[in-house]
Amino acid sequence: MSDASNVTPEVDERIKTRSRFREALIRPELGGIVGTAVVFALFLLFAFDSGMFSSQGVLNWSQVSAQFMIIAVGACLLMIAGEFDLSVGSMIGFAGMIIAIFSVTLGWPVWMSIILTFALCIAIGALNGFIVVRTGLPSFIVTLAFLFILRGFTIYLPQTIERKTIIGGISDAAEGDWLAFLFGGTLFKGLFQWLGDQDIIETFTRGAREGQPVVDGIPMLIVWAIALVIFGHILLTKTKFGNWIFASGGDAEAARNSGVPVNRVKVLMFMFTAFCATVFATCQVMEFGSAGADRGLLKEFEAIIAVVIGGALLTGGYGSVIGAALGALIFGVVQQGLFFAGVESSLFRVFLGVILLAAVILNTYIRRMITGER
Amino acid sequence: MAEPIIRMENIEKHFGKVIALAGVSVDVLPGECHCLLGDNGAGKSTFIKIMSGVYTPTAGEIHFDGAPMNFDDPRDAIDAGIATVHQHLAMIPLMSVSRNFFMGNEPLKRIGPLKFFDHEKANKITMDEMRKMGISLRGPDQAVGTLSGGERQTVAIARAVYLGAKVLILDEPTSALGVRQTANVLATIDKVRKQGIAVVFITHNVRHAMAVGDRFTVLNRGQTFGTARRGEITADELQDMMAGGQELVELEGSLGGTV
Repeated sequence: MSDASNVTPEVDERIKTRSRFREALIRPELGGIVGTAVVFALFLLFAFDSGMFSSQGVLNWSQVSAQFMIIAVGACLLMIAGEFDLSVGSMIGFAGMIIAIFSVTLGWPVWMSIILTFALCIAIGALNGFIVVRTGLPSFIVTLAFLFILRGFTIYLPQTIERKTIIGGISDAAEGDWLAFLFGGTLFKGLFQWLGDQDIIETFTRGAREGQPVVDGIPMLIVWAIALVIFGHILLTKTKFGNWIFASGGDAEAARNSGVPVNRVKVLMFMFTAFCATVFATCQVMEFGSAGADRGLLKEFEAIIAVVIGGALLTGGYGSVIGAALGALIFGVVQQGLFFAGVESSLFRVFLGVILLAAVILNTYIRRMITGER
Repeated sequence: MAEPIIRMENIEKHFGKVIALAGVSVDVLPGECHCLLGDNGAGKSTFIKIMSGVYTPTAGEIHFDGAPMNFDDPRDAIDAGIATVHQHLAMIPLMSVSRNFFMGNEPLKRIGPLKFFDHEKANKITMDEMRKMGISLRGPDQAVGTLSGGERQTVAIARAVYLGAKVLILDEPTSALGVRQTANVLATIDKVRKQGIAVVFITHNVRHAMAVGDRFTVLNRGQTFGTARRGEITADELQDMMAGGQELVELEGSLGGTV
């Protein structure tokens, strides 16, 4: 190529062809896929009889995984855009509490409470993002501040208004509410009844619900998780905006030089993260029928760990929503699997720490392979 | 002779009490490579920043395509067809060549009411444009991080050309490159010039300038000694003008003519 008049050969002899293995290794989802396979293999082997793979067991870890997935999608896109949100956990507690105060204390219709809560929380997400892009401060610090601010309000408000830290009675208020169903309802009840009748899934054999299936349908929580994963994946890989997300996290200055509205991308991702946290909170409040001041504790870190297991780089610019979803699945399965297998649940934290460290080391190695750094 | 695509007359730029440019006139013709030479601090960067709309001149006139022009914003200059390839590139190492190539200008295809990034089209164009520039990629999804410095410059130049640049400003594209990679970039400049695009090549390396330049303008302490055509001037003369004449003659004596 030193001579301009040379006809370039179709194959450059200096580029070594990469093996299929290395080709596969640089896909961000790889860690997630391998991890999921290992985790399922282990639990199928050692905990198959524990009830973990009965219809109720599957529903149990699916729901826990779905919770992780919902916040992991938001955290994933935000991390690829080059920022963190440490206020996710506090936002979950805050959003739930606000819904409870609006609908129970103030007696507003549940649908209105939910919509207003979404608006409020997304606005707080926008404020987070706005402060980060305007001041140029690390999002780590800005959102750490909001972690405390939001948690503080979540404890202060119910104590001041109701003289307690848990507000119940939301189930009664939500009865027959169309929007509440979208977060706390169950889909495909007919199908599951039919499956129960055909003896494909377990049914109750005694009591008032005799003949009804143990699992009566797909909770909306799981529907939300799947929908958000699909939305996030398409947004990231198949749209112009997805390219902007990668570019903003990869090198904000270079992206700006090419005309990418980096600040708008980042603020929108903070808003999306807040949206995901509010979806989590609304589903939880509808399921429990109450809001507690300690809800969502440490969720921000669990979301970040799921995203990192899914192959995203902490420094931004690289990652995958599918990977993050698999990370969340690994989480849910291991957390509930240990419970089913009768293992001391505190060991879950040990597992978390170990897998986080392994994932980060693997990701650093992969990054070097992609960029050719040494 | 063709009309200049861009003509800058008596450009002055003051930063407070500092006079960065004291009346510089340069015109650039389509299809020529106009080398802007100067030592560090000569005012090269200030001058091209005015040309690309980053700064507004304190005094002086800019004519673009025959009409007087005032850029308020770099975006205006880009829209008019003035593209700048910066020393520190607008390339993102972790992203694929194809995603980088179309960053900020993604091709779209409609599916129902929604618009999606047309990866097929992007990949195909990227491969074609890279082949034209003499770079063979492993695939359009190869990360920019795996390319050499010279190849990255070439990707950036190819992108600017594809996006319709009429004037291409290259800010010291060869200053951090090895011999071979420099040759690649100079070859790329030659190809771009032959497509009728005006190239403004900023450098302080006379040899690089002599290799591809059609005309040469030397800046020294915010002033210009005028523009010389290829063949009217020797490399030594350019070198002396850049250094302000006198001092370098003395220096060169002690270095045995190696500078």
